[in-house]
Amino acid sequence: MVEIHPAVKKLREKDPSSILEVTSFRGEVNVTVPKKDIFEVCRFLYTDPDLQYHMLTDLCGVDYFPQSPRFEVVYLLYSFKTNDRLRLKTRVELGESAVSVESIWKAANWLEREVYDLFGIPFENHPDLRRILLWDGYEGHPLRKDYPVEGPDFDKPFVPEV
Amino acid sequence: MAETRLMTINMGPQHPATHGVLRLVLELDGEVIVKATPHIGHLHRGVEKLAEAKTYHQVIPLTDRLDYTNAMGNNLAYVLAVEKLLGIEVPKRAQYLRVMMTELQRIAAHLIWLGTHALDIGAMTLLFYNFREREEILKIFEEVSGGRLTPTYLRIGGVSKDLPDGIEGKIKNFVEAFPGHMKEYETLLTKNVIWLKRTKEVGIISKEDAINWGVTGPTLRGSGVKWDVRKAFPYSGYEDFEFDIPTGSVGDVYDRYYVRLREMEWSNLIVKQALDRLPEGPVLADDPKVVLPPKEMVLTDIASLIRHFKIASEGFKPPQGEVYASVEASKGELGFYIVSDGSNRPLRMRIRPPSFLNLSALPKMIEGSLIADVVSAIGSIDIVLGEIDR
Repeated sequence: MVEIHPAVKKLREKDPSSILEVTSFRGEVNVTVPKKDIFEVCRFLYTDPDLQYHMLTDLCGVDYFPQSPRFEVVYLLYSFKTNDRLRLKTRVELGESAVSVESIWKAANWLEREVYDLFGIPFENHPDLRRILLWDGYEGHPLRKDYPVEGPDFDKPFVPEV
Repeated sequence: MAETRLMTINMGPQHPATHGVLRLVLELDGEVIVKATPHIGHLHRGVEKLAEAKTYHQVIPLTDRLDYTNAMGNNLAYVLAVEKLLGIEVPKRAQYLRVMMTELQRIAAHLIWLGTHALDIGAMTLLFYNFREREEILKIFEEVSGGRLTPTYLRIGGVSKDLPDGIEGKIKNFVEAFPGHMKEYETLLTKNVIWLKRTKEVGIISKEDAINWGVTGPTLRGSGVKWDVRKAFPYSGYEDFEFDIPTGSVGDVYDRYYVRLREMEWSNLIVKQALDRLPEGPVLADDPKVVLPPKEMVLTDIASLIRHFKIASEGFKPPQGEVYASVEASKGELGFYIVSDGSNRPLRMRIRPPSFLNLSALPKMIEGSLIADVVSAIGSIDIVLGEIDR
């Protein structure tokens, strides 16, 4: 099932080194792509006339602490033409940056800002990389596994600087 | 010639027309918007982080509080994701009850949208009509689940309890009366000249732009894309129901208004179909490792008591893996992406919020238009900040 997925097949034909791993669970296909190739793979999937993954449904981060590389950035693509979802993943080490796909899908603009805000993964070539849910000057990235659920300051009074 | 420069004004976070704590920084050239920058996050509660510290059953009440006008739909998206992860089947009766409740909830959510949207533009009467009908739905929810705004009715494997006696009659009364109410709303707005002037050709977003910005739900369909998660990836037995996907053509505020009105009518018909064809049978899956035993058994049988205690305290351990399940919520595609490491808590629970992506396209809709149109554009994309900020 995994091997006959049309997008996987096409990607293999184009550049076999752009696929690290293909897995399938409950009928969903996950393709792991090296970080350096993610932009090219996304552009290929967007522009290829047979695939046309025109919608970026979701983009999020996952923290696999204490594994290395620590983070994964997950892209969920949807094609109106084939009514198919495809999940791409790329692994990012702590302190490294990922590559923005904002120039392909505008939807990535806010989604990447959110990953930057909550995981601290910067995105190269992003036009407007700022925190989105938390305020400027906030310290830490709450969705990292080493960040306490209550927050580091939950029993201290919060007095903003005026 | 005098020097001209842009004026920056701040709209929100406390503004009646921003539907919650949304702040917009608008740069104006006279009355024309040159640039709009939304600022969000005032309502951020860290739901995704909280979920990582809870067992799978304990997450359900958190989902009610995302888009608080569409609690049943949020419950459904979450439980579908967990059921997919576990690979369990839900009994037919529970599936139909879920459809019935989420469609009633969709009507209730759209009624709030219609009332507040019309109020923003200046048609106040409608709000009172809408809340009158919404009250009927909330009364039904209260009888069925015990809660009005946050019912937490759905469970992993089914629904919390079967319908109480006599509720079918009340749902039936609502379903029969609703088309008449729809006529009342339409007489007030659909051909009202002021309404048309405020909504036609305002806040336009093209088909291509809407897809590229990740817009879903009625906002996408208003731009003419015939796409609905209920049709594209049917869940919870939606393939058994007959309904159509209404679409617009221009992608302006009026089209989005029109699409939502037609959607309410279809939702009403789906509720009717579910009620007519409601199958008999259990309302919870038969999976003792996941589903809590019935309360009377817990009080009389020691084995059930132990089982209840184990599931309530420790939860269950799904297999290692990752799943994504989504539903057509009232605002658009609401999805849950759950990564499990095989323990009793999710390693990561990502919520794909429809309002978040719909709002990100707002600057695209309003740049170049008048400041008064911002109000009708915000109303038309139907945002709920509880879901955007999570």
